[in-house]
Amino acid sequence: MPGLAGSPPADHALYDSSQRRTPFVEELLTVYQYRDLVLQLIARTVKTRYKRSVLGVAWTMINPLLTMLVLTLVFSTIFKFDTGNYALFVLSGLLIWNFFAQSTTAAMGDLIWSGGLVGRIYLPKSAFSVAAIGTALVNLGFALLPYALIALALGVRPAWTWLLLPLPALMIALLALGVGLGLSAAAVYFPDVMPTYEVLLMAWMYLTPVIYPLRVLPAGVQLLLKFNPVFYPLTVFRALLVDGVLPSAADVAIGLLAGLAALVMGWWVFTRRSREMAYRV
Amino acid sequence: MSEAVNYPSAVELESVSVRYRVPRERVSGFKEYAIRWIQGRIEYIDFWALKDVSLSVAPGEIFGLMGPNGAGKTTLLKTVARVLEPTEGRVRVRGRMAPLLELGAGFHPELTGRENVFLYGTLLGHTRREMAAMFDEIVDYAGLGAFIDSPLRVYSTGMASRLAFAVATCQRADVLLIDEALAVGDAAFQEKCSERLESFRSEGSAILFVSHYADAVRRLCKRAAWLARGEIRQVGSADGVVDAYLSTEAGEAPAQDAQIPDNASLPVARAEIRK
Repeated sequence: MPGLAGSPPADHALYDSSQRRTPFVEELLTVYQYRDLVLQLIARTVKTRYKRSVLGVAWTMINPLLTMLVLTLVFSTIFKFDTGNYALFVLSGLLIWNFFAQSTTAAMGDLIWSGGLVGRIYLPKSAFSVAAIGTALVNLGFALLPYALIALALGVRPAWTWLLLPLPALMIALLALGVGLGLSAAAVYFPDVMPTYEVLLMAWMYLTPVIYPLRVLPAGVQLLLKFNPVFYPLTVFRALLVDGVLPSAADVAIGLLAGLAALVMGWWVFTRRSREMAYRV
Repeated sequence: MSEAVNYPSAVELESVSVRYRVPRERVSGFKEYAIRWIQGRIEYIDFWALKDVSLSVAPGEIFGLMGPNGAGKTTLLKTVARVLEPTEGRVRVRGRMAPLLELGAGFHPELTGRENVFLYGTLLGHTRREMAAMFDEIVDYAGLGAFIDSPLRVYSTGMASRLAFAVATCQRADVLLIDEALAVGDAAFQEKCSERLESFRSEGSAILFVSHYADAVRRLCKRAAWLARGEIRQVGSADGVVDAYLSTEAGEAPAQDAQIPDNASLPVARAEIRK
């Protein structure tokens, strides 16, 4: 450009529609640039979810506890699974499963319901999915406090392996983000995706050893369940936080790889479509 | 400002075309979609909302954009605002942009004014730190006082739109996009808005201003463009464009919409709160 004397201040960026990067890369850069927005979206969801309720954020902790109570009463009296401590077994399963189920659903819903915004303001559209997963991480953090208290109350000795919690959290976060992005891209085009996914989630939960131990199943079915990517974060989480032992390296590796693969695929599907979303949401 | 001299134009559109491509029928399910896809029966309707539009706006200039409903004015603003991408052609924008198009989009009624300032500010691309630095000035400008810590749902429409305007204009932007001649708050606050926008302009902000009001375009803009069915019919001096527009569109346009109060200067977009 002629006469462009003196470089403009850093924030005086030049937008040139003919010089955009591939969507895959551009979305990454933009969502990083808008990281404060992601944090604000997380804060908004956490603050408003229980805003008018008396117990407020405490519900994040109470909710899985009550579910655990019900399931423990039902299953430990009926099925008598040999899991050592069934209450902790089911609570740990629920924490990971709820993380996955709620964050993927929220990723999809937030993009659709905030849809107005996407068509009005320029912003990285993946921010909604990233914020949904961030919210789930915050909720997991909240839920860990009562989890630890219950574990201690049930006579479980705290183990140093508890400190490795970020590992399964990372595994489930990668997986959920990938799945969430793919789902939200699909949901923009097909409104049926959302109700279909709700039903699918229910089936998926029973195909994940959340409320029963894997070994009660026949060997063939056990093998089949290992194709379920949620299995790995769940297994690693339980090894670290229920049994206090190190998980098998294979489980960790497969879980991380599956999460990464899901994220790359989800990101690719999402960004391939994200430019059309402004007028399709 | 010296910056104004350095930049030849703040906004530049070169042969910009925007196509909306939507399926002819709403295919609602996977199954149906899959069947149609295999059969090659997915038909799209291509709608060119903008066709070969070229124009440029200089720093410190207020450029008027006129045209009947559906002419593509909003599409043009959204393309400049990066919400939409040009299907063909090239859009260049120099510097920070403040789209005053949908003021308050993203406000959450359950959050306090304070929380909404940060949420809305980051939605517009500011960092949290920038918002913290400008916070007091924003609250002061919006005149909210103690209400800033009440949830937004108790705000009057005027209060919410004042807050939205204060956040959207908390920093001088090099390019301002203004849609429609609707007011923020009462007459006194409108006066404040106009002053602020005018001071931005005198410091070198380029303003792209969409209006139905012939008088406003004549008074505020030196140059203007007339858009019809996605194409530029005429671009040039505001008076010439307005005259041509009125003489041609008089039949279609509702009574010229020319009667606005004399004290109206830079009109400001309507605030919209999503409840």
